[in-house]
Amino acid sequence: MVTPAIEISNLQKTYSIGFWRKNPRVALRPLSLQVLEGEIFGYLGPNGAGKTTTLKLLMGLVFPSAGSARILGMDVSDPRVKAQIGFLPEQPYFYDYLTARELLEYYAQLSGVPGGDRSRSVQAVLDRVGLPDVAGVQLRKFSKGMLQRVGIAQAIVHNPRVVFLDEPMSGLDPMGRREVRDLIESLKQEGKTVFFSTHILSDAEALCDRVAILNQGELRGIGAVAELTSSVHGKVELIWAGTGIPAGLKSIGAECRVSGETGRAIVGEEAVDAAIDAIRAAHFRLISMTPVRATLEDYFVQHLGTNTEVTR
Amino acid sequence: MNTRIAAIASNTFREAVRDRVLYNLIAFALLIVGAALLVGQVSIGIERIVLVNLGLTAISLFGMVIAIFIGIGLVSKEIEKRTLYTVLSRPVRRWEFILGKFFGLAGTLAVNTFFMAVGFFAALLYLAHTFQWSDTSLLVALYFIMLEFVILTALALFFSSFSSPLLSAVFAFALFVIGSFAEDLRGFAAIAHGPVRAVATLAAFIVPNFSSLNVIASVAHGDAVAPALVFYNTVYAVLYSAAALAGAVLIFDRRNLK
Amino acid sequence: MTSKRTTVVAAALLLASMLGAAVVLQRVDRLRSGASVKEALYITSPAALRRMSLGYTGLLADIYWTRAVQYFGRKHFGGAMQYQLLYPLLDITTELDPHLLAAYEFGSVFLAQPPPNGAGMPDQAVQLVEKGIRENPDYWRLYYQLGFIHFVEQKDYVAAAKAFEDGSRVPGAHPFMKLLAARMAQRGGDLETAQFLWSKTYEETKDPMIRDSAAAHLRALKVDDDIIHLQDIVGKYRDKTGHWPESFADLAASGYLTGIPVDPLGNPYKLMPDGRIEVRDPSRLPFIDHGLPPGYQAPAHVKLESNQEQRRP
Repeated sequence: MVTPAIEISNLQKTYSIGFWRKNPRVALRPLSLQVLEGEIFGYLGPNGAGKTTTLKLLMGLVFPSAGSARILGMDVSDPRVKAQIGFLPEQPYFYDYLTARELLEYYAQLSGVPGGDRSRSVQAVLDRVGLPDVAGVQLRKFSKGMLQRVGIAQAIVHNPRVVFLDEPMSGLDPMGRREVRDLIESLKQEGKTVFFSTHILSDAEALCDRVAILNQGELRGIGAVAELTSSVHGKVELIWAGTGIPAGLKSIGAECRVSGETGRAIVGEEAVDAAIDAIRAAHFRLISMTPVRATLEDYFVQHLGTNTEVTR
Repeated sequence: MNTRIAAIASNTFREAVRDRVLYNLIAFALLIVGAALLVGQVSIGIERIVLVNLGLTAISLFGMVIAIFIGIGLVSKEIEKRTLYTVLSRPVRRWEFILGKFFGLAGTLAVNTFFMAVGFFAALLYLAHTFQWSDTSLLVALYFIMLEFVILTALALFFSSFSSPLLSAVFAFALFVIGSFAEDLRGFAAIAHGPVRAVATLAAFIVPNFSSLNVIASVAHGDAVAPALVFYNTVYAVLYSAAALAGAVLIFDRRNLK
Repeated sequence: MTSKRTTVVAAALLLASMLGAAVVLQRVDRLRSGASVKEALYITSPAALRRMSLGYTGLLADIYWTRAVQYFGRKHFGGAMQYQLLYPLLDITTELDPHLLAAYEFGSVFLAQPPPNGAGMPDQAVQLVEKGIRENPDYWRLYYQLGFIHFVEQKDYVAAAKAFEDGSRVPGAHPFMKLLAARMAQRGGDLETAQFLWSKTYEETKDPMIRDSAAAHLRALKVDDDIIHLQDIVGKYRDKTGHWPESFADLAASGYLTGIPVDPLGNPYKLMPDGRIEVRDPSRLPFIDHGLPPGYQAPAHVKLESNQEQRRP
């Protein structure tokens, strides 16, 4: 029986807000899940779903109303756990009067990195996150993207076994996001477990072994990406030659685009026949008909409804 | 455990040193000491008294401002800016964090007081051209002022652990004022009757006793300070600060961080 | 969740430290009790203090008044004979708040009474009350206070008469002010005048200590009166018979007395072989001029009887 890297059992959090504590707000309904060592685990959901609350519960920043959580077999309140984990909070802010090196050395010291190894580890981690030259610059001069990288650096400077990242791609341009994706991959190569939350689905699809989907404090799905997407009704892509959109296509809810002399539409599997009829009726020539792989977004839309905020 | 507390303490110290507001306050305090020299020359025969009164009062008041100003932000600013998240996700216990912050600020105030004291003694030397044996009582007065800072820091930290910066400042300042009249509060409690007496007595012992730590007036007149008082005041400062810090730990340990 | 050990240690530390701090504070208090009042007076100029108080003169006046009361109480309890700092404290108090009547009323009593009940400084007391009258001319009780001090402590019947007279003209003054003025003028040294004054004081005052003092004075006046009367009778007996009476029974038999005379405490007077009258227990009858055994030394600390009967309204 292998100990999971992360084990959450019936974890719950209810906030009582208001001066007389009369309005309870349920941030997290009873949540249970497991993450195995060496996995890259994605924690997905729209804003306000409870992802950050879960992370704060795991970090011991907030205390559960019920339930428990264990990391590497130890309860999250055990101080010994903290030496083995790293955490990047959402939109982090660091002591801006310190330089990058001073901050990382301070954090390394707090995490128990022995004095002799500290400066070496700090330089190594700065190189790794792509900030080799700014070690002596005060953090107040860093851009948002640079701060994000420092954030990741402080999460791994002490070589933890499990790394928790809350929205690690936020504030980064596409190049930066690619670099972070590569970094997460390399962490997995080192045998580390990565648990990251995001609302950017394409990143999750590319990186994660498994994902969990959270909405309004409740777990709505968990498993490998392929498993989840395979449960979604497929879509079919139709391409025709012609100028314009056949009349019947809109009414069956197809997504259409015309460019030049070619038109393209994506329709649900169940509406394919009706779509082909519509194209024929418009006297356009059908060029191709291809099944489209379902994405997590499709999963979201199908299971969570269209009024939730997700980004492709 | 100790290295973590020391690390947090020195980081807090570093933060205070790099905060430019601090330098303005110190400069201002030194200015007051200089002004005291000028004022003393106006009233004949009491230059030393005016210098000591004004100089020590300035050091005391400005140190108080620094203690409250920085102290209140010690915890609440970290929560607001979320710098606390990455610290507490490390093997740092919450009480170690509180203690580290306390020692960091206390250390800062000690260094501040030292520099202001140097300025003050320089002014005294300029005035009197020599030091007398009785000037050791001035050191005692400065030591008591330092004890005041320690208590105030612990209090500011206590309020900071659960209250917003603005409210913490208000509470800490109010306690400073009331604490300066603590002896009178006890006197009032002694002549009151009934429930008023009970409330006043309770208040008189809970409020930090700054009035017996203020010997500025008597050392200005050259009186010596009783060694017993030095001992008791030290013990009091240690006990009271310990209580405030224990309170801070109790509250902070339970706090759900936003 | 939070560590139980941390909670227990912190809670225990909090409790122990606060209790320890309270204990230490009491020690500090004992060390500082003299010092703090002395320090309070380092700023000897009341005007300067007033300026420094930033407008919070009322509060500061109350604080100084509390200190004055504490100072007096502490010293009185310790049997002191000197109250040097009392006048400066009261002066500062009344400078800060000229309308703090309690400071004038009670303060002047503490100042005027002879030690150990007071500072024995009637001149300063007069000064204080006169300041009070200047600042509060419509408060007739201050005139009463002034007249009282002139009469009792300074035996200056002319000044007393003037004070009562001035006070009687204040609207709302008690009618007895006119009577007192008249008595002072006519028969200042009279026993009846003194009795009248003390009775009025006893009736009007709210302070228990002053009331007990008034009662003691009334008893003393009665004793003096009794003894003068008895002495007179004894003298007449001697003139008639040529020798001192053996006892009060002799006087009764000769028709000079109707019974055994007793003092206000209920103890019979003593008839001495040489014809003098003495009181049985001088220590319980302070302020008497007659009836004391020769060479009698009054105790340093005058204990005022608090008569339960007299306390009832």
